[in-house]
Amino acid sequence: MRGLLYTLSICAVIGLAFWAYGSSYETRTLERQVARLEREIGARHQELAMLRAEWAYLNRPDRLHELAEMNFEMLGLVPLSADHFAETDQVAYPATAGPRELGFDWAARALETEIDGVIVMNHRLEEEVREPVVPPAPARDGEQLP
Amino acid sequence: MRHPFRRRRAIATDPFVPVAPTTAPARPAPARENPEKARRRAERRIKFTAVCFVFGFAVIGAKMGAISASEAREPATGGLAGAGIVSERADITDREGRVLATNVSATALYAQPHKMVDPAAAAEGLASVFPEMEAATWTRRFTSGSKFYWLKGNISPEQQQAVFDLGEPGLLFGRREMRVYPNGPLAAHILGGARYGEQDVRAAEIRGVAGVEAVFDAYLGDPAREGAPLRLSLDLSVQTAVERVLASGMNLMQAKGAAAILMNARTGEIVSMASLPDFDPNDRPQVRTEGDRGDDPLFNRAVQGVYELGSTFKIFAASQSLELGLTNARTMIDTSGPLRVNRFTIRDFHDYGPRLSVTDVIVESSNRGTARMALDIGATRQQAFLRSLGFFDPTPVELTEAPGAKPIVPTRWPDITTATVSYGHGLSASPLHLATAYASLLGGGTRVTPTLLARETPPEPGPRVVSPRVSAEARHMLRQVVTRGTASLAEVEGYQVGGKTGTADKPSPTGGYYDDKVITTFAGIFPANDPDYVLVVSLDEPEIEAAGEERRTAGWTAVPIAAEIVRRIAPLLGVRPDFDAGSDTFGAYLANAAVQ
Repeated sequence: MRGLLYTLSICAVIGLAFWAYGSSYETRTLERQVARLEREIGARHQELAMLRAEWAYLNRPDRLHELAEMNFEMLGLVPLSADHFAETDQVAYPATAGPRELGFDWAARALETEIDGVIVMNHRLEEEVREPVVPPAPARDGEQLP
Repeated sequence: MRHPFRRRRAIATDPFVPVAPTTAPARPAPARENPEKARRRAERRIKFTAVCFVFGFAVIGAKMGAISASEAREPATGGLAGAGIVSERADITDREGRVLATNVSATALYAQPHKMVDPAAAAEGLASVFPEMEAATWTRRFTSGSKFYWLKGNISPEQQQAVFDLGEPGLLFGRREMRVYPNGPLAAHILGGARYGEQDVRAAEIRGVAGVEAVFDAYLGDPAREGAPLRLSLDLSVQTAVERVLASGMNLMQAKGAAAILMNARTGEIVSMASLPDFDPNDRPQVRTEGDRGDDPLFNRAVQGVYELGSTFKIFAASQSLELGLTNARTMIDTSGPLRVNRFTIRDFHDYGPRLSVTDVIVESSNRGTARMALDIGATRQQAFLRSLGFFDPTPVELTEAPGAKPIVPTRWPDITTATVSYGHGLSASPLHLATAYASLLGGGTRVTPTLLARETPPEPGPRVVSPRVSAEARHMLRQVVTRGTASLAEVEGYQVGGKTGTADKPSPTGGYYDDKVITTFAGIFPANDPDYVLVVSLDEPEIEAAGEERRTAGWTAVPIAAEIVRRIAPLLGVRPDFDAGSDTFGAYLANAAVQ
């Protein structure tokens, strides 16, 4: 009886020791992991701050102003003024003539009805010939200066 | 049922009954153990116990030794360390959250000569990377026996690589954070600038030098706020537009300097404040030691510059006269000359006839008319009124420069002072004082406190300065200055601008006034019937050839600039343009006063 009790308690001590060591090591691993993650979060924050500073630098009003001037032909941006505002009743309602799908060739349809039974394809009369706008040459790294 | 605890009935028994003797059979005596064996066993047990104790104490002692020998260390996790705090100084943003000041990581370079392999070669190498460092000087320093030198506070990554390539173990890099103002000179006077305070090889403290950086130094560096940015009341796009217009206007008028302030008329928030010439806070120049302090780019004309602001003060005399009930807007004021006060003659720009109504005195800007109103008010009441508008104290705005900019107030106040102060001479104040006073007087008649911080909630109204009705009447007068008076160039379609011009001769340092140097000011509000914003524009020594003559008055210099500023910024501020002619009638002004 006594022997059994001794064996059992020794087994219990060994088991508990195993468990304690196990949790201790697990805790240490986790702690290291958390510390690593925190360092990584810190580094990411640092990166984020750097990127935010860069974003602010690239979006500084002087640079945007110059870019808007350089690309005036393409964008046509002008300072906002009082005449850019309008009352809601000055805005015309969209025409209710019917659904005009974008890109549908209405002139071709008219031609089709006129010359019966012939399907007109690739009708190009209505399309105006547009000069392609060439943007100012970008810098070598692709960024437009300034 | 019987009681369970009742005593048993006593039975008469004989107490002397003989007791039968209980004689246990004698046990056999235990066999005596061998004493020698017993002794050995006891010894074994004692030894075992002793070993246990020694082992136990040894373990405890070893642990104590380990604890005392090891370095104390916080637990690696769970604290604020790492994740939360990134930089030691918080960002500064505008009211929309756009960055005005932030930190980027940088590198500092230092030397430990005792670790150097070849000090002379190191000095040569440094001189080749940094042209301003002299090889001979640094060779001497590196061989002098000193153990530490700071070489550079901030170096670029390319320079760092070049120094690294020298392969000298005695040249070391320290981590730094650098304060960066990504918008360059924009709002330079407000931000101020920063420099390194205490420095160490691992980090350096950033300290504000001037402006909000200095005022909120402790606040920006407070770790408890976890890097939450400081939100200013400025608006980046408005500030840009104001500075651009002001700079081109200043060039056009060949002025020496210029200042502009845009303030929210209700809350006192400064939406834009510019002072030209300006500087780049990333590379803050040294304070100039020679020459006029007022021409230094570091000098904030809007806050530090105290000038005589001229006729912009006339509206104060007129408003007070109305408030006291001495006159109403239509009362005729004697503007005939000559007007002599204490042996001095008060002149007008030109003769306005024998009399003008109070409104017309403001519209035509008659010195004599204003002086007569002020003399009726009296020196004591005039001083009290100007004090209530804040002209006797420095402005409470959050800049290091503000407490030093005390208005120059005459020490004695005879009648001539009363008369001259009523049209803005003899009392010098900063453009910010003027903007604050206009906001207080015209924004509804309660004292407004200027601030550079974005307010989360509208502030409690301050003490009342004038009644809402007088405020409305003053606004209507200022509107008429623009529609038919001296500030006609301030008319901006859609935004009823109202305001007053002021042209003051510059005082000469040798005494007296210059004939050909003026400071011109325009102080105005828009929209005049219910003002959202107060705008003050001030130019130093402007001059322009217009309509065939050399012109220096505010109406030709400050006013067109102010109009252009309003034209540009009002849409940015989201002020709704109003093209209705009815909003210029006095009824509209009164209606808005009643709403307030």
